[in-house]
Amino acid sequence: MTAYLLHLAVLSGIYVILAVSLNLIIGYAGQVSLGHAAFFGIGGYTSALVSLHFGFPFPLAVLSALVVAGTCGLGLGLPTLRLKEDYLAIVTLGFGVIVDLVFLNLEITGGPDGLVNIPLPRLGGVVFRPQGLYIVLVLLTLLLILGLTYSLVRSYHGRALRAIRDHETTAQVMGINTPAYKIMIFTLAAAVAGVAGSLYAHYITFINPESFGLHTSILLLCMVVLGGMGSIAGSVVGAVILAVLPEMLRQFKDYQDLLYGALLVGLLILRPQGLMGRGKLSLKFITKKE
Amino acid sequence: MLTLKSVQSGYGRAPVLKGISLHVRPGEVVTLIGANGAGKTTALSTISGLLPARKGAIEFAGQDLTRMRPERIVTLGLALVPEGRRVFRTLSVTANLELGAFYRQDKKQVRRDLEELRARFPILKERARQAAGTLSGGEQQILAIGRALMARPKLLMLDEPSMGLAPQMVTRVYDILRDLKKSGTTILLVEQNARAALKVADRGYVLETGRIILDGAAAELQEDPEVQRAYLGKGYREVWE
Repeated sequence: MTAYLLHLAVLSGIYVILAVSLNLIIGYAGQVSLGHAAFFGIGGYTSALVSLHFGFPFPLAVLSALVVAGTCGLGLGLPTLRLKEDYLAIVTLGFGVIVDLVFLNLEITGGPDGLVNIPLPRLGGVVFRPQGLYIVLVLLTLLLILGLTYSLVRSYHGRALRAIRDHETTAQVMGINTPAYKIMIFTLAAAVAGVAGSLYAHYITFINPESFGLHTSILLLCMVVLGGMGSIAGSVVGAVILAVLPEMLRQFKDYQDLLYGALLVGLLILRPQGLMGRGKLSLKFITKKE
Repeated sequence: MLTLKSVQSGYGRAPVLKGISLHVRPGEVVTLIGANGAGKTTALSTISGLLPARKGAIEFAGQDLTRMRPERIVTLGLALVPEGRRVFRTLSVTANLELGAFYRQDKKQVRRDLEELRARFPILKERARQAAGTLSGGEQQILAIGRALMARPKLLMLDEPSMGLAPQMVTRVYDILRDLKKSGTTILLVEQNARAALKVADRGYVLETGRIILDGAAAELQEDPEVQRAYLGKGYREVWE
């Protein structure tokens, strides 16, 4: 039983990292990303591959995941985020599907079978085992990321981001380089998702494309919306609920999606700002701004 | 200080400004009046760099603005109070004001300016921590003007500051503009409310479907039969949006 709870805690921790990073894009910069799981996957595969093929030690593998996922984010953000309209939603949706297909069809990623025997992380002489110290590793990373995120959103730059979310053109007239900020935050969020991918790969020690598809992207979006856009604490709560809930409802697995749907609809009606959010949820990638 | 020479601009393929020329000298209050759709907002957007000028030249303080990005233009001392106020709704009043000074490096002076502004407009102090979206229209307009002033502009541009405000709030906003004029602020004021604008301005331009059809001293324009007929006269009614 403890092992099971520990497992849930580790998974929740990883999802919290993902949800918090996605919230930076959605809740702070006001952009919609529908392919966040792709960066999660890129991080996971990168970290696994460099460990398996080049024998990279864990810290270096995490760093590789961070750099590769971040670079992909930059590559995707550069052409799309310079535009004012919400092209990001469409582009990230497509990107998620493409990345998923790439994982599924490349030889190096092991196709549908994925990668196996990913080594457990080691630091010095310590091995972080799933039933043991792994949770410490996840929590430390999580705390570090939460700390950085909080200081970012409370800084001068965080305020600039929120100004962009509230009104992009006006933010620009205030002297805020809005494309640079949007690209910066998107790259950062992608890099953080890459780190989460690395933590996931070395925990499960076996990864396949299934974990990183559209389903996961939507799940992450739900976590952010449930918790409240623009609220870091909300993302933590939303991620934990949606990571733990499916496990609780294992015996009703067939009805899981039904429940998610009901949950989101109920939320939109009763509390459109999310559990802890302040701003109201606006599906502005469907409707038009303002 | 600011000079536009036969500037053309618009959205997509539709031309809105069909070659306008105007200038603002230091210390002057110049107004650009015209009906809905004449191109007033387009003119301000083009000056601020939000829309590219297709033809013509825009010069401010000896610099060519036509190829400059909007976030650079504000650093030259050109601040805009946008149409419909556009305060950052979810941010606090103070955060809005501080964002007005976003580009400035002299943080100590920014703090002093903020205190000064609060002394001048006590409402900005009373509502300091309140989200800007919860303010009334008039209060938001004062905030938007305060936010622009925080940039320490050499030229302040206002886009229809009276739009959608209650009559007594319009008076209040124009009192502020008169104060700013007295303290020597250079202003380019775009208005549909010609009556109010011409009262405070030194000079004016009349914009009609993308062309300047008339210009002169504000007092002259007020007396001009064409302006009276089209903008001030009998057929004139205030348009609340």
